[in-house]
Order: sequence, then structure tokens, then C-alpha cells
Amino acid sequence: MCGIAGLIHRDGATAVGKEMTAMLSSLRHRGPDSTGFAIYGTSTPNEYVMRLKLAEQEDLAKDHHIRQKIRERQAEVDKMLAELGAETVEVAEATPYAFRYRLRYAGDTRRLATEIEQIEGAEVLSFGSALELIKDLGDASRVSEQYGLGGFRGTHGIGHTRMATESDVDIRSAHPYWAYPYNDIAVVHNGQITNYWIMRREMERLGHRFMSNCDSELLAVYTANNLEQGATLEDSLRASIKDIDGVFTYVVATENELGMAKDTMAAKPMVLFESDNLVALASEEVAIRAIVPREIDTSDPYDEEVRVWQR
Amino acid sequence: MAALTRSAPSEQERMSHEMGMHTEKLGGRSRQVFFDIDLNEPANGFALPNAYDVDFNKRGEIDASNMPSKNINLRIRELMQDGFGTILIRNPGAKHSIAVGILNRLNLIVDGSLGYFGLGLIDGPNVRISGRVGWSCAENMMSGTILIEKNAGSQFGAAIRGGDLVCKGDVGSRTGIDMKGGTIVVGGNTGAFTGFMMQRGRMVICGNAGKNLGDSMYDGTIYIAGEPASLGVDAVWAAMTDLDKAWLERKLRRYDVTPKGGIDSFRKIVAGKQLWNYDNLEPTEKKLVL
Repeated sequence: MCGIAGLIHRDGATAVGKEMTAMLSSLRHRGPDSTGFAIYGTSTPNEYVMRLKLAEQEDLAKDHHIRQKIRERQAEVDKMLAELGAETVEVAEATPYAFRYRLRYAGDTRRLATEIEQIEGAEVLSFGSALELIKDLGDASRVSEQYGLGGFRGTHGIGHTRMATESDVDIRSAHPYWAYPYNDIAVVHNGQITNYWIMRREMERLGHRFMSNCDSELLAVYTANNLEQGATLEDSLRASIKDIDGVFTYVVATENELGMAKDTMAAKPMVLFESDNLVALASEEVAIRAIVPREIDTSDPYDEEVRVWQR
Repeated sequence: MAALTRSAPSEQERMSHEMGMHTEKLGGRSRQVFFDIDLNEPANGFALPNAYDVDFNKRGEIDASNMPSKNINLRIRELMQDGFGTILIRNPGAKHSIAVGILNRLNLIVDGSLGYFGLGLIDGPNVRISGRVGWSCAENMMSGTILIEKNAGSQFGAAIRGGDLVCKGDVGSRTGIDMKGGTIVVGGNTGAFTGFMMQRGRMVICGNAGKNLGDSMYDGTIYIAGEPASLGVDAVWAAMTDLDKAWLERKLRRYDVTPKGGIDSFRKIVAGKQLWNYDNLEPTEKKLVL
């Protein structure tokens, strides 16, 4: 089933980590397998945040030597960053297997991500100047607490609670997906994509990489490909309705925008609240009520509807 | 060759049989299912003959702020059991499955919005909702009236059999899918596949409709004042009669809903009946007959 949610404030930064946690907690019944957040803070000139994982959570229980391996992998990451000319400003260990790097880097993002992912067990979850992408197994409150999202301030964010249907229960298959290799772009999705393998092969022929077998990852790669061709976010969302088969509602966030698209059958839900200062959307209205606890006017976007909001 | 023997009935089958339900041998393409209501069963509101005796002047309130849906529904039942005929639900908070399975006369007032599956399987109550409703509102409604002041989600009035279901705002996709009776009134626009596989009843749309309006409808009537993005398979335009207009006039006046262009702006859609195959035998039946 899965639950998706997003919000964008038009009047400056707020406690967006806490708000997204509240929204996703109220959607827990739509899927408790994993939870993910892509939240957007304030960017610092010439600085980037890279989130990466060096193992799966389940590896901790299965492999007695995994902690040593993670230390070795991290050393390789540090070495690689130095070789690529990236200056590490700060490193934080969010969990034993997930890390947050603050970097100064002027090179090619794709190259950096590609080189790091050559290291065994490494996956770059996100890269950007404002984006912080966090995903892990468990429900929203657990993941939020684990990664200390409660105090995170920002302008917008998207999130996902997953009920695994098409692929495994692991971090690799959890949402959001970063639109590799584009800075600050993330995607969450509710639905099933039926031409996944056809589209995946098409994207792979164009040189894009896939890290999972989750159909939702296709939307991130597809969005990245469109943006690479010069499309706007709205163009990409509109094109997806024709190009992607299946039932889907998905939400994309960029450094300054929040967008959504719904398939031709309108088979997956989305409730939308718009005010002068806030736009909030979610699979169910209860998620919006979690941050706007008063009587509000909401609506359901229709089939093939595409919307984009700026912060 | 081993003899074909029927396995012992499941618990579900045994209970069904004890309740008087059984399936007759298929004759042609019809299947009759009988159901005997046990009039001696305790008054738990299961069937209308044993409904709670309520007084409409006796008014109760439920503050749903910190209550899960199950407890809200149990509280509604308790109040009806105690004779309350008018119940006000405050702070419903768009929770799911509120006020489902009410098989009783009741004035129910919802001060706020409902989530998914609200008012499903109801038979009898008159309901007013000041907010909006989520997906699948009033699914399988049998009788009564529901008036929603704001918008509604998809599958609005799916498979309703009777009663009046009115939304003054916009509704989502697949409105009235599989409806088998009753009336659905939409004050604004409605989404794609509205009236999909509609079998009976009437639908009134004061605004526009999404694509495939009335797709594969067997029967029933759709009135629309705006424009559909497209008609579905086997949905065809039909001539409006004076009777249609008189019925619309009376029905819409009751709920204070009128399209911008007035009653004269309505057009009528019915089933073309080109998809009907009721007189064609299934291949297996042909073998038996021929």
C-alpha cells in the first residue's frame, strides 16, 4: 500500500523534520516496513551534504566482522574523497552503517558518487546543498529518533512509509530515492509500475545506474534523465504520465520546488491542502491533520494531474 | 476412479446455512440466494425489524478528539441503544471508518471531516457533514440521506443500493462505481470513470466529469450539467423528458444544489446496451444445452 507525504512552507524555515515525522507517523498503518525522509534545510555556499550507507541494517546481525568492514569502507571513502579533491568539513555517524558528510567540492557530482559506490557496500543516498535524505527500517518515530530529525529546520520535505510488495525489506529498497546524480532531487512513490523492466533497460542503455530492484527507483532515475535533457520538473512530471505504465502517485522535491503527478487511472490516493503559507499533501488527510490540527478545506487531485509549487 | 465427494463444510459455510442462506442450483444464468431474517434475534441493530427505538429529540454528543474509530462507532451504538436519535460528532479529525454499519433511523451530524470508508454499509440514517469525506464514502449504502458540504474523495458512493448521497463540492474518480440504486448528487466536478459499471439508480453532476463517464454502464441514468471529458464505452446521450426535469427540480431543491445554468443545462446519459450479453449462453452452458 505505502504512504507518501510532502509539505512546502512559503514563509521560511520551520521544524520540518518534526512535521514530516508527525505526518508519516499518522500513515504508519499504510506500511511499517521502512520509513524515509528527504528534507530540505538551508544551504551554505560551496558546501554539500552527502548521505551514504556502508552496509544494510540487517548486516549487523548477520556478519560478525561487519563493524570492522564498515570502518575499512569508511577509510576508503575518506581516501576517495581526498583523491577527488573534496574537502571533508564534518563527518557524523547517524547509525553504525549510515554517515553524513559535509563537504566542500567543486567537481562533478556524478563522478564522485560513482567512484564512492565502487567501494563494497557503499551507496550514496543523497547529495546536495540543501537535501538531507534519511531512510531506514522501522516506522517514522523510530527512524526520526534514530537520526535526530526532531530538531531539523527547513522549508520543505517529502517522506514515505513503505509496505514492501515489489522488492525486499531493506534500506536499498526504501524511499525516498535520490535522483542520482542530481543535487537536491528526491522522489517518493505509491503504486506499482508495470513497464518497470522495459523502462529500466532503456535508462540503463542511456548510462544510468540502479541500486535496487524497487520499481520506485525508476521514477528517480527517469526524473534525473529528463532533467539532464533540459526538462523542467513540471515537464518531467507530465511526460511521466505518458511514459510510465501502472498505477502511481508520486512526489518529487528539488531545492526550491515540490511537485506531484498522478497516473491516468487515478488509482492511488492523494489529498491536498493549500494555503498562502503552506502546501501539504499526503495519501490520507489524517497526515495533514497531524500538522494542521483544525478544520481545513482539502481536495483530491484528479487523474493525470500534475502540480508544482515553489517555496 | 475415485468418487467425487464434497468436503465437510467450513465454519463459514455452516454458519451461513444455519442463518438460512443457501445457493440454489444454477438455473440458466440466474442464481438465487435466500436469506431469512430471524425476527427473534436480540435487538442488536443487525436488521431493521430489530432496530433501536430512538427519539429524534434526544440529542447526544461525541467528542472524537482522542478516540480511535472503533470506539467512536461503539459509542454511536451505545447512544442509539439508550434511545438517542440525534448524535453530534465533534472533532472527527478525518479518521477512517467512522459511523459505519448504522442500520437504524438516526440524525447524525458530523462537525468536521471524515477519512476513508466513512458511513459504509449504512441503512437508514440521515447524515450531515460540515467538512469533507475521504475515499469510499457511503460504500454499499442501502437507504437514508447523506449531505456533505465540502469535497469528497474517490469511489464516492461505490455500489450504493439506495438513499440519497449528496456532495456539494467536487468528488474524485470512480464516483458511483457499480451503483445498484439510489441517487448520487455532485454539486461540483467529478473525476474519471464516474458511473463505471453502473447498474441502476441516478447520478446528477452539476459540474464537469473526467474521462470515460458511464463506462460499461448496464443501466441507470446520469444527468450532467457541465461537460464530460469523454463518454465511456456503451454510454450514450439520450433525450431529456419533462419527467426528468421535474425529478431534477425536486431533488436538487431538497438539497439546495443547482448548476449555474439551471435545470435546463442538464443532459442525460444512459446505457447504449450494446454490451449486453444476457441472452448469449456461456460456452459451458452451450455444452449443456446443445
